[in-house]
Amino acid sequence: MTGKAHCYKRDHINTDEIIPARYLNMDKEADLAEHAMEDIDTDFIKRVKMGDMIVAGEDFGCGSSREHAVWALRGAGVRAVIADTFARIFYRNCINNGFIAIECKGISQKVDTGDTLEIDVEKGIVKNLTKNEQYEFLAIPEFAREIIDAGGLLDYISRKVK
Amino acid sequence: MGSTITEKILAAHCGREIVRPGELINAEIDVIMCHDVTTTPAIDMLAEKGLSKVAYPERVVVMPDHFVPNKDIKSAEMVAKIRRWAKEQGIEQFYDLGRHGVCHALLPEQGHVRPGTTIICGDSHTSTHGALGAFSTGVGSTDLAATLATGELWFKVPESILFRLNGKLGKGVYSKDVILEIIRRIGVDGALYKTMEFTGELIDDLSVEARMTICNMAIEAGGKSGIINPDRKTIDYVKARTNETFKVFTSDPDAEYSQVFDIDVSNLEPLVAFPHLPSNSKPVSQIGDVPVDQAYLGSCTNGRIEDLRVAAEILKDKKVARNTRMIVVPATTDIWKQANKEGLLDIFMDAEATVSAPTCGACLGGHMGILAAGERCISSTNRNFVGRMGSPKSEVYLGSPATVAASAIEGKIADPRKYLQEKP
Repeated sequence: MTGKAHCYKRDHINTDEIIPARYLNMDKEADLAEHAMEDIDTDFIKRVKMGDMIVAGEDFGCGSSREHAVWALRGAGVRAVIADTFARIFYRNCINNGFIAIECKGISQKVDTGDTLEIDVEKGIVKNLTKNEQYEFLAIPEFAREIIDAGGLLDYISRKVK
Repeated sequence: MGSTITEKILAAHCGREIVRPGELINAEIDVIMCHDVTTTPAIDMLAEKGLSKVAYPERVVVMPDHFVPNKDIKSAEMVAKIRRWAKEQGIEQFYDLGRHGVCHALLPEQGHVRPGTTIICGDSHTSTHGALGAFSTGVGSTDLAATLATGELWFKVPESILFRLNGKLGKGVYSKDVILEIIRRIGVDGALYKTMEFTGELIDDLSVEARMTICNMAIEAGGKSGIINPDRKTIDYVKARTNETFKVFTSDPDAEYSQVFDIDVSNLEPLVAFPHLPSNSKPVSQIGDVPVDQAYLGSCTNGRIEDLRVAAEILKDKKVARNTRMIVVPATTDIWKQANKEGLLDIFMDAEATVSAPTCGACLGGHMGILAAGERCISSTNRNFVGRMGSPKSEVYLGSPATVAASAIEGKIADPRKYLQEKP
């Protein structure tokens, strides 16, 4: 998959920043998407295009357990988040939604906003087509891959339950 | 090699003798707590996937709390949907308005937290319940939905970090200050994916409620859970609230920890976490003049009866400063009633603070005390992120209930120690 990067060169971007709690009285992706990142990046929603990617520093998605953070980004067209590291619940929520979250140490310092990135999940490589560089990342654990490939946790378990 | 309390609880819940950090397991979940914000999406997802039937309604406890009493039409619709769903599913443990409270204060208070059990909720502060020796962790709505459908959930067995807390707390210093100090030392991701296990002389001395404040904020260091080995106080607290049986697990002396911290709390001062991270704490004596527009006492971190008692002791016969507003939010209905009985609510109202019904309220910028641009709030809550309590241009400072009360009187962040009698 290929997309343009929106790079936030800082750590600890929290779920209140991704989707402020005042919008948690809604849970549809399209409604949440209108407010994605608005408290730290008011124009994000105007700039973001379908298939874009977010690149950020350490501990991305820390704070609340709200899955609304994943839905807001996906609703806004974001295809994947690549961060130096992720907060735990956000990472789980990504896997459970079949949404690509890639942990790639140091990426936030190498990529700039506007760079075109290509992710090869199989090989564990992010290619920066703009800078002609590539970055390796740790493969997504097999169990998580199974959930992502099933389309998310509920599709994965529904086979078992039914 | 021995096992930690967390490894033992998880092993017992996946039918194994022993589990080790890093292993992926499916664990049986004993208590599934549902609140208003994260449950409605789970209900929709289950319906969409044809998994509507809750596997074990008797394990589910429903506690709408974030936007109750309903703040607007959308939040009213959310709770209405949860009410209908609980009825359809035969879920009897439903704490509706009038018996309600902030879920992490209400769940243990009403006897739903027992040592040795596993608990999940679609809320990051679910780490609170580890204070009673349970494995308790926050998850998202999809995890919640999966657990409702199956009664179990996947986990990676976490490594544990041991915090040995020794010494005695000085006057005006509380468990809130201790956890702020720990987060200051290790950072907001210092315990990422790991369990924070707390032990030592300090823990022995603390009440069960004060221990909850520490485990509550484990998530602010990135932790998967916080946990404390049960002792006599824990058992008494639980047995006073439930007749259900439970099994007590404790960590072995030769259990393995990824890190061990020895912290002496004897010289700890009251701390205040500056915007915009809970790790950004400074001793109250070193912060200079920081005027506050609002002082907020409440939340799952510090809205329990002991917290209200400390604040009332400081506010008795005093007034909140003219340019400052104070909001007191007892965390549960029973806490509200107890505070009323003890005359604490009169003390707050006489001091010209206002007292609200239990709710998560302004802690997460929901309602009941939202901040305008440029306003500052000293708060007994758990997060001081950008925009957490309202405008993205407002600021939140975190402190103990005593620091909140003293700051309300002075209209600026203040040291609570001068308002307190020496401890006997």
